[in-house]
Amino acid sequence: MVSSVINVDDLSASYQKNKVLNDVGFEVKEGTITAIVGPNGAGKSTLIKTMLGLHPKLTGKVSFWGSSFKTAKKKIGYVPQRGSVDWDFPTDALDVVTMGLYGKIGWFRIPSKKDKEKAMNALKKMGMEAYAHRQISQLSGGQQQRVFLARALAQDAELYFMDEPLAGVDASTEKAIMTILKELKSNGKTVLVVHHDLQTVPEYFDHVLFLNKTVYAYGETEEVFTKDNIATTYGGDMQWVGKGDQYVIQSTSH
Amino acid sequence: MSYSMWIILTASLVGLSCGLIGVFLILRKQAMMADGISHTVLLGIVLAYMVTQEVSGPAMLIGGIFAGILTAFLVQTLSSLKVRHDASLGIVFTSLFAIGVILISTSVGNVHLDVKHALMGEITFIPFTTMDIPLIGSIPKATALLLLVLLVVIFFIVAFYKEWKITSFDAALAASLGIPVIFFHYLFMTLVSVTTVASFDAVGAILVVAMLITPAAAAYLWTDKLIVMLFLSGGFGVLSAIIGYWIATWLDTSISGSMALATGCIFFVTFLLSPKHGLISRLVRPAELREEQEA
Amino acid sequence: MLSNLLHINTLWVMASTMILGIAAGGIGCLAYWKRQNLMSDALSHAALPGVVVAFLIIQEKNLLLLVIGAALSALLGAFFIQWFTSASRITEDTAMGMTLSVFYGVGVMLLAIANRSPGGNQSGLNNFIYGQAAAMVRSDVITMVVLAAIVIFIIFIAFKEWKLFLFDPDFAKGIGLSIRGMNVLYTIVLVTTIVIGIQAVGVILMAAMLIIPAVSARYWTHSFKMMILLSSVIGGASGAFGTWVSSTGSGLPTGPFIVLTSAAVFTISLFFGKEHGIVIRYIQFKMQQRSSRLDHQQVMTEKGGRSQ
Repeated sequence: MVSSVINVDDLSASYQKNKVLNDVGFEVKEGTITAIVGPNGAGKSTLIKTMLGLHPKLTGKVSFWGSSFKTAKKKIGYVPQRGSVDWDFPTDALDVVTMGLYGKIGWFRIPSKKDKEKAMNALKKMGMEAYAHRQISQLSGGQQQRVFLARALAQDAELYFMDEPLAGVDASTEKAIMTILKELKSNGKTVLVVHHDLQTVPEYFDHVLFLNKTVYAYGETEEVFTKDNIATTYGGDMQWVGKGDQYVIQSTSH
Repeated sequence: MSYSMWIILTASLVGLSCGLIGVFLILRKQAMMADGISHTVLLGIVLAYMVTQEVSGPAMLIGGIFAGILTAFLVQTLSSLKVRHDASLGIVFTSLFAIGVILISTSVGNVHLDVKHALMGEITFIPFTTMDIPLIGSIPKATALLLLVLLVVIFFIVAFYKEWKITSFDAALAASLGIPVIFFHYLFMTLVSVTTVASFDAVGAILVVAMLITPAAAAYLWTDKLIVMLFLSGGFGVLSAIIGYWIATWLDTSISGSMALATGCIFFVTFLLSPKHGLISRLVRPAELREEQEA
Repeated sequence: MLSNLLHINTLWVMASTMILGIAAGGIGCLAYWKRQNLMSDALSHAALPGVVVAFLIIQEKNLLLLVIGAALSALLGAFFIQWFTSASRITEDTAMGMTLSVFYGVGVMLLAIANRSPGGNQSGLNNFIYGQAAAMVRSDVITMVVLAAIVIFIIFIAFKEWKLFLFDPDFAKGIGLSIRGMNVLYTIVLVTTIVIGIQAVGVILMAAMLIIPAVSARYWTHSFKMMILLSSVIGGASGAFGTWVSSTGSGLPTGPFIVLTSAAVFTISLFFGKEHGIVIRYIQFKMQQRSSRLDHQQVMTEKGGRSQ
């Protein structure tokens, strides 16, 4: 019996005047990797932010391991979009990764040697140890994303939220990130990833959540990743290239 | 100690505390907030004067802190009501400043406070009002206050160094780790206000802004390490104070104005010549390399 | 007799602050959509050294020449802000803060020198810098009104061009509008409004004349045209009303009363504005909450119906 990690019920949220989430409900099982997919403006990022209390919700309930976000906070890691911070900030890669540990270090104390080692190990896992003391603005987009991933790893959480970690990264970074996601899964961690590339969904994720303001389908990739579900979620925003089962799907909104 | 040494020491203290605070002002993208607070502090001082009926250091400090926090709070409130941040600041600080000016012109009258003095500051008179401190002897009141404020600023920066770093760099992550981001915002605004009030008497409101922002901006172009940036910025602040005093004696003009000019000169030289982020290094560096980094 | 004279002078001053308010309200909308609300603050401070230099050269208070000095110095400030932001990693607000404070510092230095120089009417200079509308003489008023009228004319004549320029510069470029030219014109109009306003409300409060009416107007309309008109009306009315209030007592400053009048208009708009006002938004929020609860119930009953 696999226990459920996240329970979302009747969640709705608005962004300025527009309602972007309506009656969202789903349940995530432990040890799964879920892709959250949907067209632009479907509320993917907003869903994550609302679940983490970074965006106000109109109605609904979100619980983690049966308790509120506040009590579960320490076990949750969040990887925001790369564009959400200022990469000109005067600091280096290792320091950014160490920040993931600040919550555990506690008040009035500076990161210890052990903390630095932990951060360094996380960087190593992402293949970034050579860049540990590189100023962050001098990293490429893919390298910045790896630093963010390393920071989440250093947090050593049970549940991870990642907002478009594969957006605009090079092939080797994508591979490195996916290796880490698989490793997290095999360690029994749960991961939710906002994802934009439908083609790679069956290869990378064992669960899919189709979102367009509300949940269109959620379940194991094999079962729910069907032409029908994609078509209803994306509406007219789709382009089908190829024939038979060998089709390539492209979202025209990208 | 000689008259001019007192002035240089006082101005250096302003440069040092402003330089340290300024680093975080820039990194938190709140440079103009300093401009706003430096104006609204006037209201706080007027209110303090109206309550206590005297111009005293502690009362002014409390009044200034009150005004600074009020400004930060109102700007935050308006922003949360979806008024653009820069517009919120523009509305709040001009309105509070207007109230301050009206209060001065009606009730407080010509007593000891005038707008011009508050805006321009008059460091020349600082050495004349002194107080006695055991062991050290007689030192100017404003200098003692600045020394105290510098210690407070250093204490808070050191004690919460990693919290300042994370809340400035990635507030969302900080919040998800359970660090009270809002608390640190207000604590920081309090520090800005305290520094502003203490520097007020010496350099005046608008020149506090020069001392807060410009040395830190120069330091930002020299280094990619936060700790180095803090030392450089503080150093530039002190250097500006000394150069400014020298310019002022040379041209026989306003000391605080000259100090602001000195901060500007330091920045401009940095802007042109800094090996890391200066104009010339950018021109010299091959374009492909730059594009690769920016991509 | 005396009160009558005072009265006439007050009327003159009221007329000039009103037309200034109209111009500032209009250009304030352009600045709002260009996301440069605080630019006006930076530029009005940056004008100071130019004013003093002009005064040092001509040794008397001639409004037109002071305004030209102020404008040149503010334009130099605008250039620096633009240069620092585009050529280094300095952000715009840092560049503005630096420019305004360093320019102001230089202005204070020069002012100390001007006040030392023998002869000349320095008190007139101080009035100019800290804003004392009541001290304006008739020739000042005429200069101000003429310049403000030109500004208003430029804003209203090129209405749709401004809209395109602010909303979609790339498209504007595509249909042959010179963005560079529009930018230069915008900066000139902005600087002109600021420097003629300094005389009336002072260096520090000038920013409020541009920001507050524009933001207030935003709460009542979605149309760009209506926003400019409304903002001008709010600006003009605040100018006239504030001047009137300050004329009721002796020694009352003009600028602060103008600013507080428009601040009052802003507060009313913030609460009761038709678009995004607090009251309206609260009602909308509650309605959305209720409707999504209803939706939920509906979905639940449907689901229940299906499973049976």
